Amino acid sequence: MKALPNATDLPVLLPPASALTVRPQSELSGGFCARVFAPKVAFGLVLLLALSVCFAEAQAQGAATPRAGVLATMVKWAPLMFQGFLFNILVSFMSMAIGTVAGTLLGLAQISLLRPVRRTSWYATQFFRNAPWLVLLFYCMFLLPFELRLFGIVIPLPAWFKAVIGLSLPVMANVAEVVRGGIQSIPLTQWESAEALAFSRRQTLWMIILPQCLKRMLPLWMNLYAILTMATTLISVVGIQDGMTLTRAALVAEARTDLFIPMYLMLLTWFFLYCYPIARWTVALEQRFAVRG
Amino acid sequence: MKRTLGQPVVVVKSVEKRFGDLVVLRDVSLSVAKGETICIIGPSGSGKSTLLRCINALVPVTRGSIEVDGIEVNDPGLDKLALRKKVGMVFQQYNLFPHRTALQNVMMAPVHVLKQDRADVEARARRLLEKVRLKDKADAYPGELSGGQQQRVAIARSLAMNPLVMLFDEVTAALDPETKKEVLVTIRELAAEGMTCILVTHEMGFAREVADHVYFTDAGVIVEHGPPSELLARPKEARTRAFLDQVL
Repeated sequence: MKALPNATDLPVLLPPASALTVRPQSELSGGFCARVFAPKVAFGLVLLLALSVCFAEAQAQGAATPRAGVLATMVKWAPLMFQGFLFNILVSFMSMAIGTVAGTLLGLAQISLLRPVRRTSWYATQFFRNAPWLVLLFYCMFLLPFELRLFGIVIPLPAWFKAVIGLSLPVMANVAEVVRGGIQSIPLTQWESAEALAFSRRQTLWMIILPQCLKRMLPLWMNLYAILTMATTLISVVGIQDGMTLTRAALVAEARTDLFIPMYLMLLTWFFLYCYPIARWTVALEQRFAVRG
Repeated sequence: MKRTLGQPVVVVKSVEKRFGDLVVLRDVSLSVAKGETICIIGPSGSGKSTLLRCINALVPVTRGSIEVDGIEVNDPGLDKLALRKKVGMVFQQYNLFPHRTALQNVMMAPVHVLKQDRADVEARARRLLEKVRLKDKADAYPGELSGGQQQRVAIARSLAMNPLVMLFDEVTAALDPETKKEVLVTIRELAAEGMTCILVTHEMGFAREVADHVYFTDAGVIVEHGPPSELLARPKEARTRAFLDQVL
């Protein structure tokens, strides 16, 4: 620990007592996985899955007509469902990428020196941030054409790509807020001293301001990604074959009510195992940055 | 201290600055010769800092003329880059870039703004850090330095641009007495080497010792000015006397 500059004796300026207490060694020394993964919770979920399978299995054996085992049925469908799940992840990557690029531009537009640019981008941000994701998704599915004609070239717009766009709109608006908030959290004196050193506005932004807010923005951005990943199941509503759709298809094919809980729980567990480490990592990052300031 | 002075470098003529209805500067004129050190003293809110900010165009003036080595600052077509290459500024709150080390802070502007060769800049930056007695802190981040050390890095950072004039805006106001001294020593050396310096300060002892000329401002006007030995010891104006009685 390095001494704080200008350390003061005034108690009012000290961080809350909870922030000063030394964390137990176990919490700090645990490896990346131990800290990030929190195996206890994951283990609990897997246990729940196993229990529901056993319960359904018992019901299946007690049934009047002989049926295939629940576990065997799940194993049969798991590869297909997992493909669907991977598609959800792929959609989350693409939406996040598009949303981040567009959102960064939108966030930067909000601090533009040009008033019309600033106002327009502010309205756009507020609109997309406060609209239900599913409604935006519907609009994109039905308002975007199935192909684009640009200078004689026909670019097809498949349904899954329209869904990606639909999800990236709210992501864009949220990223814009993160970027704008991050930039505005940097004291104006940083802009001033950069200006006095003859840096241009663009240089100041890219070399001085943004590197400083990056660490403040990263946890918020990761949190947004975890939310987006879970929200990708919305695309099943507009007919995209994702993990959710394929799970439902499998259930329809089997026509068995006892599979309902374990099958969906299996899908849920995959999402959980994917998103929970991100959430833990976000918390770990937040704590690290909070201490360093 | 008396020096032979050169041509005027900064000439301020009848400058007025308004923020809306608020008049911060009215009819301010002063002239600073090459190698001269002037101090601007006066109560808070008298427009001292605004005047400094006008000189390097951080704040546009409402009326009047400011000329820095032949560049007219109050000109819509002002080449800000050319102006700021000539004018260095050090702030009360140091304003170092916290994500860069002391050395990188000093090197950034010459490398990225002046596009100078990185190796040359680094050699110069290390010499400057040595000059402000922070040779061994080159790789420290601002958060690891004391206020006085940060302020000296900020001075080195400004000097790295090879400015013609240095502006110091209450640079010791946020420091405790011991660290204040290190910074004042650094500025005194600069002044002695012939750097043209404009200081806004509350350190009357320092002003007396280092300044060639002292300006007393109150409510946006220069009430009186003169050599420190006269102005600080035998002020002519009642307002100056009242102010000095309070701070000395």
